[in-house]
Amino acid sequence: MRKCLYKDIHKIFARVAEKMPLYIPAKTGDEKAEYKKWSEGDELFEGLNTVKSPKDLFFPQSEDLVRFKTEGKNIEITDVREDKGPFAVFGVRACDAKSFEVLDRVFLTEPRDSYYASRRENATVVTLACSRPSETCFCKTFGIDAGEPGGDVSAWIAGDDIVFSANTEKGSAFLDIIGELTEECSCDAVDREKEKIAVIMERLPLSDLTTDGFGGGKTEDLFNRAEWAELSEACLGCGTCTFVCPTCQCYDIKDFKSGNGVVRYRCWDSCMYSEFTKMAHGNNRLTQKERFRQRFMHKLVYYPENNDGLYSCVGCGRCLKSCPVSMNIVKVMKKLGGKKND
Amino acid sequence: MQKITEKHLAEKAKDLLSQGKVSAVLGWRRGEFDYDVTPALFTDADEIENGLVYNCFCGANLSKYLVSKIRAVEGRMLVFLKPCDTYSINQLFTEHRVDREKVYIVGIPCNGMADITKIRNAVGEGITGVSGDECLRVETLYSDEPAELCLADVMSERCVNCKSKKHVAYDELLGDEGEVLDSHRFDEVERIERMSPDERFAFWQRELSRCIRCNACRDACPACTCEVCVFNNPASGVESKAPVNEFEEKMFHIIRAFHVAGRCTDCGECSRVCPQNIPLHLLNRKLIKDMNECYGEYQAGEAVGGVSPLTDYTAEDGEPGDLIRRRDTDA
Repeated sequence: MRKCLYKDIHKIFARVAEKMPLYIPAKTGDEKAEYKKWSEGDELFEGLNTVKSPKDLFFPQSEDLVRFKTEGKNIEITDVREDKGPFAVFGVRACDAKSFEVLDRVFLTEPRDSYYASRRENATVVTLACSRPSETCFCKTFGIDAGEPGGDVSAWIAGDDIVFSANTEKGSAFLDIIGELTEECSCDAVDREKEKIAVIMERLPLSDLTTDGFGGGKTEDLFNRAEWAELSEACLGCGTCTFVCPTCQCYDIKDFKSGNGVVRYRCWDSCMYSEFTKMAHGNNRLTQKERFRQRFMHKLVYYPENNDGLYSCVGCGRCLKSCPVSMNIVKVMKKLGGKKND
Repeated sequence: MQKITEKHLAEKAKDLLSQGKVSAVLGWRRGEFDYDVTPALFTDADEIENGLVYNCFCGANLSKYLVSKIRAVEGRMLVFLKPCDTYSINQLFTEHRVDREKVYIVGIPCNGMADITKIRNAVGEGITGVSGDECLRVETLYSDEPAELCLADVMSERCVNCKSKKHVAYDELLGDEGEVLDSHRFDEVERIERMSPDERFAFWQRELSRCIRCNACRDACPACTCEVCVFNNPASGVESKAPVNEFEEKMFHIIRAFHVAGRCTDCGECSRVCPQNIPLHLLNRKLIKDMNECYGEYQAGEAVGGVSPLTDYTAEDGEPGDLIRRRDTDA
């Protein structure tokens, strides 16, 4: 493990940024934050979560995939992706780090998504333990430990220091980059910090939330439950929950006619929208109740069914904070969990 | 003056339900925490007793829900409306989006709604309880002593600049009738008007480039009542799921502001629901201010029926160009 004074963190950022682009959660005004490429003067957001998760760095909200140009009978196809090379992202919370695993299972299983894969391979993920989780946090429900954030390098703020520990080869390379600015240290301070975090995790108001009643094989139990009507009745059908969610991974691919050929792009889509996955025969989810149900069934039943029991929620609490009508996965789980279809 | 609490709302709702005057009640349901209140439809007394809440987190304007919810109900629907919400419902009546006969409006007083983001900024993460009305006691995980905050200090911007405590539509009122207020709601618009064009462009670029296209502003807006928006219609060719550049969102927001101009009551839902805290209401207020200056004072939703400045013509109407020249000369 290596440490430096937390107040000198900007020196670490500057050193890393000499080697590769570095992304950090930075304040965007009004106490909100987002991941942005660090440049001198940018300050680390000291709050808990960015509005949007860092999934943007691997699966951007929109990206051009390929360009087509026709001249007579010839079609010219251009691969428009820019390989940006290695980059680092600092300050990823345990929940968000886990979300990359959820996304990996979608994008890295065959057929492998080469756009996503290249960014994942190029990234060094430096995580940061949560000293002050929010009342909206429930990562523990999904077996995540906010004190063991994972990634390529784990970091803890312990007293006046920030302590780094490499978990992978990429992580060791990262520690080499910041080597001169840090010094070797023991685990004691980190262990004390982890204990503190463990105590807080138990005190969180949602610490007793369980996944009982959900998981693979629960479709029959849950699909026709009457409670979906009440749960979904206030849903506005906006895309806030899906766009702030670190694990939502649905996208649309569309063609943009530029007047000088066609640009094929991919963009996030939301199962909350009425035109989502609309097909020639029309739409198979006609009301907001069905769209709402789809989102939660996907996270709590269909995804774990197809992914060895892994849930596609990491308990980051973003939807709890952002939903305009305060309807969210916790309310769904509390209402439907642990009961049989009647 | 009698202080109106959620108990009064619950009594009123149960009363009207049992008398058969209404068959459903649109109000707010208690959440996991004190602040995560959700709009909800109640049909029985027990649900109302246990679930109905009215506190400083009931900011959601319920009037738009009537457009879709009222169809599902036989008979009349009771809806609790705060003063500013009643302007929205009048506008919906004017536009024939909601049938007046099917609605039973109970006007409820409002002392201003709290903004949980402001509370969080003041006390930090880990809010486990918020109680009180004018003085809020905020309990957190990280402090043994609750923090005491004045509601006035953590109020939503729209409430700080409240335009009216008067209910402009109701079947009955709980509490006393309020008055139209002399608000400072155009101050911020004037500040932006005084900027140079470059500064103004930079201001809006900074704000609007944070937009994540979630459409919450549109979906919460009581003036946006198309049940399928053109932006959700794949056949429209303007689905606009991805921006051409990072500032393309300006087009969406400016067009939307024009689209609701003359109909926007300045309820402020657009800014309340924005997950990125973009002050979208300023676009609407700019248009309201310009219309006031060009065509005379007008408040959308003040009454049912009539014509708005943009649907009416008189020979005395000002020209927008003259207005800008006059403003430039004054400056």
